[in-house]
Amino acid sequence: MADEAVLEVFRGNQEGGSPQQYRVPIAPGMVVLDALHYIQAHQAPDLAVRWNCKAAKCGSCSAEVNGRPRLTCKTRMDALPLDKPITVSPMKTFPVIKDLVTDVSWNYKVNKRIKPFTPKPGVQWKMYQEDVDRIQEFRKCIECFLCQNVCHVLRDHDKKEEFCGPRFFVRVAGLEMHPLDNVSRVQALKEEFGVGLCNITKCCTEVCPEDIHITDNAIIPLKERVVDEYYDPLLRLVRKIKGAK
Amino acid sequence: MNDKYETHEHDVLIIGAGGAGLRAAIEALAQGARVAVVSKSLLGKAHTVMAEGGIAAAMANVDKADNWKTHFKDTMRGGKLLNNWRMAQLHAQEAPERVRELEQWGALFDRTSDGDILQRAFGGHSFKRLCHVGDRTGLEMIRTLQDRGVHMGFDVFMECTIIRLLKDGNRIAGAFGYWREQGRFVVLKAKAVVIATGGIGKAYRVTSNSWEYTGDGMALAYEAGATLQDMEFVQFHPTGMVWPPGVQGLLVTEAVRGEGGILRNKLGERFMEKYDPKRMELSTRDVVARSIYIEVREGRGSEHGGAFLDISHKPAEYVKTKLPSMYHQFKELADVDITKGPMEVGPTCHYVMGGVRVEAETAESTISGLFAAGEAAAGLHGANRLGGNSLSDLLVFGRRAGLAAAAHAKKVPAVNIDYAQINEAERDMLAPFENSDGENPYTLHRDLQEVMGTLVGIFRTEDDLVKALSELEKLKRRATRLRVEGSRLFNPGWHLARDLKSLLMVSEAVARSALARKESRGAHSRLDYPNLDEQQWGRQNNLISRDGDSMKLQQVPIKEIPEELKQLLAEDK
Repeated sequence: MADEAVLEVFRGNQEGGSPQQYRVPIAPGMVVLDALHYIQAHQAPDLAVRWNCKAAKCGSCSAEVNGRPRLTCKTRMDALPLDKPITVSPMKTFPVIKDLVTDVSWNYKVNKRIKPFTPKPGVQWKMYQEDVDRIQEFRKCIECFLCQNVCHVLRDHDKKEEFCGPRFFVRVAGLEMHPLDNVSRVQALKEEFGVGLCNITKCCTEVCPEDIHITDNAIIPLKERVVDEYYDPLLRLVRKIKGAK
Repeated sequence: MNDKYETHEHDVLIIGAGGAGLRAAIEALAQGARVAVVSKSLLGKAHTVMAEGGIAAAMANVDKADNWKTHFKDTMRGGKLLNNWRMAQLHAQEAPERVRELEQWGALFDRTSDGDILQRAFGGHSFKRLCHVGDRTGLEMIRTLQDRGVHMGFDVFMECTIIRLLKDGNRIAGAFGYWREQGRFVVLKAKAVVIATGGIGKAYRVTSNSWEYTGDGMALAYEAGATLQDMEFVQFHPTGMVWPPGVQGLLVTEAVRGEGGILRNKLGERFMEKYDPKRMELSTRDVVARSIYIEVREGRGSEHGGAFLDISHKPAEYVKTKLPSMYHQFKELADVDITKGPMEVGPTCHYVMGGVRVEAETAESTISGLFAAGEAAAGLHGANRLGGNSLSDLLVFGRRAGLAAAAHAKKVPAVNIDYAQINEAERDMLAPFENSDGENPYTLHRDLQEVMGTLVGIFRTEDDLVKALSELEKLKRRATRLRVEGSRLFNPGWHLARDLKSLLMVSEAVARSALARKESRGAHSRLDYPNLDEQQWGRQNNLISRDGDSMKLQQVPIKEIPEELKQLLAEDK
């Protein structure tokens, strides 16, 4: 194994910036976040990086490593080619604040618009494991926003006004499929959150560090709910007849 | 008013957005208070997300014989009876309701076959008591609280760091902080403040704690004149990762042992048979941590200086279902498949039982209007915390702090801001930009961790502690000459320079308290005083407070346990 790596880290802010090179000694099992910490401690104490747990549980340290959206705490240096510089850039979908830190506040605003969990009145709090299994998958989400970053509807088309992104389809799916939840978010999915804009390229699923089957288990069932509600030909006919009366 | 500073006004200001802070916020909102939550990180990233094993609550869903009295007894015995008995009682009584509440707010726990919340075994608990979601209980809890609070409508100040509590005479008047993003200062005026800032793990190099754990809340409270208690009791979790170096200290949940994991040394001996034959791997954390430490010290450790923890005798699918994040953590970070072979583990600094001294019922500190809950507060856990009792602590006392803070805010008149305090804090905060020939804060942090790890670690002696205090004095002097490079814009070096002030304060409190307590109790082990001293030290707490510029240490008698609870503790030992 090489004993040194070169990192090319984006340095800059909202006005612009450029990659800068740093040399970092390699230790066994080292991850990219370790390398960034080394740079902070020895070369650039003002290098801005978000991180908290360093254990892939908090989803703070998202960035693009060699162009791939990754949690830097989970990206092993020995899994990267060290014969050329490792590039580390901020998530492209969100505005840069400084260096690797981006402004992800849009996500928090979207979350606020989702109708919260609303149990049926007087409900018995009994649930069975087989009923919660599929929702527990959605609850694994650590909000790293890598799925938001990679989704082309947000990344390339910047449709933040009309599309909530994979993260929040996962969240809505967790609420819609909760056995004791009592409100519908289907209209919002269609009208506010733009579930129809997703064309199932599964990029989100590929980058999810929690291995949530975002497209298959969350988005497609939600699309089906919208279709059932709004586009079912039989229901449409019934509505038409009822409306004609 | 002073229009130099961005200013916000609330009834209740909560510093910290982990489990305790969010639960306090929800309760204060429910009381009709205007609430602000300040968080050093983004919302939902607080250290609570790392809690893995579960929430201890005597719900008796699995073991029908469980009840609050047993939970109370376990907590008191785990804490070597130094606990604030009233906190332990309230905690045991109220935890089940707090867990049910989480479920009603949308949390999805693992289920029993009857459709109830599933509970698992954990160290020091007499029954299967920990409500859990695989090994990511903390994430479930924080997400549930976060969504609840957001929809109830608190104001969130994300990536905002408080650098000083503001006082109006003897009472609290709010806090002064700065936005990391721009480095701008902000005044948060409030009639009540809740400290929910967590612990001090970053005083140690080998720790399971995140960067935020720098003892801020305790240091802020201390600076403002509040009293701290039990600071000598620092919990070293028995099982942190030891290899590779980058992940050293990372937590390996106690749930591995709760689910049947076995500890062995390099000779293949199940060494817990020697140290606690009755409870074995599920002994309390202080005992297991010391046992591993001794095995390693006596040459029976693993290749990288730990012990072997093995769960591979369980079916692979079971391990992956009950311990999914452990499976991934070892596979991805250490190239170890835990369904096939053992993990290498060793003690890691995990938790501090000490903190701000509070009243049991209200969580109010010794300063009027200043409250503290969760790890930042002292009392519930005594000399050693049981696993699972932290998440329940956050819920029970977070709620109580929020309730009392809202009530306090309702009854007191408006507060005034004293700009002299703000000017002083601002001057201190900006000073490192002036020291062009000063020292790099990262170097100082590393040296502090070295002092704490080697001289104030699992086993302590008078010589080491005296030396630690003199080293801390030197570090304090060096800290006045820190240098910060770059601008005020999202600058981690600058932030660390401020964090170090808190870290140095709490480190000194730990070392002073540890030196004073001439006995071994719970997490505090003195090689020169290896036994319990029930006559003297079993009856008193160490208190730390500020006396001008120096730190004052004194002892107070523990609160007398009422007769009926004493009898309970005397039963079936």
